[in-house]
Amino acid sequence: MKKTLLVRLTCILFLATLARAQSANELRFCLKSDPKTLNPLLVTDDSSETIRYLTGGVLLRVNRLTQEAEPELATSWKVSPDGKTISFKLRSGIFFSDGTSFSAEDVAYTMQQLMDPSLHSPTGDAFRSGEGKVITTVTSPDRLSITFPAPVAGLDKLFDQVAIMSAKSPQKEKAVLGPYYVADWKAGAYLLLQRNPNYWRQDSSGRKLPYIDSVRLDIQQNRDTEMLRFMRGEIHLINSVDPESFDKLAAQNPGMVHDAGVSLDAEFMWFNQVAKSPLPDYKKEWFRSTNFRRAISEAINRDDLVRIAFRGHAHPGVGPISPANKFWFNSDLKPHPFDPKSAMQRLQQDGFKLQNGKLYDRGGHSVEFSIITNSGNSYRERMATMIQQDLGEIGVTVNVVLLDFPSLIERITSTFNYEACLLGLLNNELDPDSQMNVWLSSSDTHQWNPSQKTPETAWETEIDKLVRTEASTLDPKKRKQLFDKVQQIAWEQEPFIYLVNRNALSAVSGQLQSVHPAVVRPQVYWNIDELSFRPEVASAK
Amino acid sequence: MIWARNLALSFLVVTAVAGLFAGSLTSGYAHQFRDLPSASPSRQHPLGTDDLGRDRWARILYGTRVSLFLAPAAALLSSLFAGLIGGIAGFAGGWTARVVIAIVDLFLSLPWLLLLITVRALMPLNVSPVTSVLITFVLLGCLGWAAAARVVYADTRSLSQSDFALLARASGAGGFRLLWRHVLPNLRPILFAQFWISVPVFILTEANLGILGLGVAEPLPSWGSLLRELESYSSLTAEPWRLLPLVLLIAVVSCFQIVLHKEELPV
Repeated sequence: MKKTLLVRLTCILFLATLARAQSANELRFCLKSDPKTLNPLLVTDDSSETIRYLTGGVLLRVNRLTQEAEPELATSWKVSPDGKTISFKLRSGIFFSDGTSFSAEDVAYTMQQLMDPSLHSPTGDAFRSGEGKVITTVTSPDRLSITFPAPVAGLDKLFDQVAIMSAKSPQKEKAVLGPYYVADWKAGAYLLLQRNPNYWRQDSSGRKLPYIDSVRLDIQQNRDTEMLRFMRGEIHLINSVDPESFDKLAAQNPGMVHDAGVSLDAEFMWFNQVAKSPLPDYKKEWFRSTNFRRAISEAINRDDLVRIAFRGHAHPGVGPISPANKFWFNSDLKPHPFDPKSAMQRLQQDGFKLQNGKLYDRGGHSVEFSIITNSGNSYRERMATMIQQDLGEIGVTVNVVLLDFPSLIERITSTFNYEACLLGLLNNELDPDSQMNVWLSSSDTHQWNPSQKTPETAWETEIDKLVRTEASTLDPKKRKQLFDKVQQIAWEQEPFIYLVNRNALSAVSGQLQSVHPAVVRPQVYWNIDELSFRPEVASAK
Repeated sequence: MIWARNLALSFLVVTAVAGLFAGSLTSGYAHQFRDLPSASPSRQHPLGTDDLGRDRWARILYGTRVSLFLAPAAALLSSLFAGLIGGIAGFAGGWTARVVIAIVDLFLSLPWLLLLITVRALMPLNVSPVTSVLITFVLLGCLGWAAAARVVYADTRSLSQSDFALLARASGAGGFRLLWRHVLPNLRPILFAQFWISVPVFILTEANLGILGLGVAEPLPSWGSLLRELESYSSLTAEPWRLLPLVLLIAVVSCFQIVLHKEELPV
C-alpha cells in the first residue's frame, strides 16, 4: 500500500515538474483586446494582426530591420516587366499545422478568397489595381503565377500580409503554416499559442524553430497594469512602451528597455479647408492660405514637443514619410524650424497685424481658433497645450477642445464643424501607396478637404497627378522620385502640419535572447522563431 | 461636535480665500517653464511643476477657485430648478404631478456621465477656457436637479396636505397665497440641505469629467484636471506632493459633509 502511494506521488511530482518545465519555455505578453477574427484575410485590428503574424505562413516576409523582402514559403519570385504578374517558386515538403500538405493550390485558394468581393478583405484591397479578375495559374505543385488586371506597384512586398490558408483542411483558418497555432482561447482572458510541430524553418544547426514552445497572450487593456506585470516578471515583453514608463524602467534597469529610434508613426495637425463647412468665410480664407499654415507651423516649437511631451523619445516631424522609412523618405527635407519672426513675416504678407499682443486679420477679426483632439491621449493633450502657448507668442488665441473619439470622428468626417484637429497616424506600411487614400483629393480620407469632385487647388492637382503616376509606375527608382515630389509639395503647402514622429520604444525581459527591436511593427517579436530564453534562465526554471 | 463644524467651516473659508486671492499669491497658472518640466519642489515652485513645467502650487490655487466657487453656483442653479419643478408638481398634484414626475424619472434614469459627455461634445468648440468652465458648471446645474426635485416634490405634497395647509385653505387662502406664505417657507430647509448635498457632488462630477479629459478646458486648471496627474500612479511614491489635489478634494468634500450634518439638524 505504502509502495503504491509512493509510486503515485512520484508520478504526480513528475507530471507537475513536466508541466512546470513546459510552462518555463513559454513567452508571455499582453494584447489590448481579444482579436476580432482569426481569419488572416479579415484582419483589421492590432490583436488580430498579432495572431496573424505569429501563426500565419507567408510567401515572403519583409525583414523588419533591413526593410527588404526575404523568402519564406516561396524560395524565389519574379515580377513581370509590365507589373501585372508575379510568379512564385514554392518550398516543397511543407505541411500545415494539422498535417495537410502545402502546395500551389493553397496559394491559389488563398488568392481566390482574398480577392472575393463578398469577403471584403482589407488585406485584399491593396491588390485591387483595376477592374477585372485576378487569375492564378498553377503550373506545378510548387510553381504558380498570379496575374492582376492592372499593374500593382510594390507588388511583392504586399505578400508580407497574406497568410496562406489551406484549401483542403477541415480546420479552415485554424490550419496554419506559421511558427505557432492557436491552441486555446478564453475570450477576455488569454490566448494560448502552441508551437507548430510542422513549421518548416530550422536553424543553422538543423534544430527546428521556433525555440519557444508556447506563447501566452493575456488580454490586458490597462497599460499601467501591463507595466506592473512586466516589472513583476509576469510577462516578458511590451511591444510599445510610452515615454514615461520607458524612462522609469530605464532608471531601474537600462538593459530592459530599447529605443529603436524614430518609428513610422506620426503626430500632426491640420486645418479644416472644406468649402461647405459651417465656418465663417474669413476663417476659411485663413485656413486655405499657404502663408497662414506655414506661419502656424513655424511658430510651433517642435523641439520642445519632442523634449517635453515625449521626453526626448521622438523626432521633429518632417512630412508624410517618416525618416524611419529608409527607402521612401525624402532626405532633402528637414523639419520646419521654430522661427516666430519668419512666421510673423508670412502673416504680414497676408495682411495680418499684431496689435497689443493680439493678431488680427485684414478684416479686423481677432485670430482665434480651436484645436480638437481625442480625450484620453495625454501626449496629444500636452502637445495641444504647448501649441496653445507657442501660438500665443504670435498673438494667436488657441482653444484646446478634448472630445471623445466618436464625436471627433463625426466632426472631421461628417459635419466638418471644426477648425483644426490634432491626431496621429499609426503606420504599418512602408510603401507610400498605403497613403494614396489620404493624398488623392477625391478620397473621403483626404482629411483637410475630402471628396473633392475636382482638385480645388493647383498643388492638389499636382499631387493627384503624381500619386496616380507613382501608383502605376513599376520602377522603384521612378516611384521614389515621384513620391519625393509629393513629399516636397506636402512640405511646402503643409495641409498636414507634421509635428513629431514617435520613437519605437519597447521593453523586453533580460531572460530573452536574440532580441533586435525594430521600428516597424511588430517591433520586438518580428523574429519570433529566433527568440529564445537564455540557457541559464531555462535551466533555473 | 461644534468644534468639528467650526474647524470644517474654517478650513472651507481658508481654502476659499486662498482660491480667491490666487492671483496675488502666485505668478500665474498657465505659463510653461519649459526648462523645468516635472521639477521637484523648490523655492520658486513650492509644489514643483507639472509635465509641461507649469507651477503646481499656482494651478492648485486657481483650480480651487474654479471648483470651489463654481460648484456652489451650479448647486444653487440645480436647487432652484429642483425647488421650482418639484414644488409645482407637489403643489399642483394630479396630471401635472404625474407628467413632471415622469420627466424627473426620465432624468434620473439617464446615464449622467454619458449625457454630460454628449452635451459637452455638442457645445460650440471655439470658446475661451473661462466660458468653457462656465458651460461645464451650468450643464451640471441644469442636469443635476432631478434627484433633488423628487425630494422637494415629496415634501411639498406632504406640506400641501398638512393640517396647517388645510386650515389656511379653510380660512380662504388661495393657491398662490398658500404656496407663497405657507408652503415655500417650510421648503427652505429642504432646499438648503439639497444645495449643500449638491456642492460636493458637483465638485466630484467635474473631477470625473476632468479625469476623462472633458471638463474644464486647458490651460485653466480645476481639481478634476489636476487629478489627472494621478493617472500615472507609479510615480506617486517618488513624488507624493502630486497627491495634494486629491487630499484637498477629500478634505473639502468631508468638510462639506460635516457642515451639512449640522445644517440638517433643524429640519
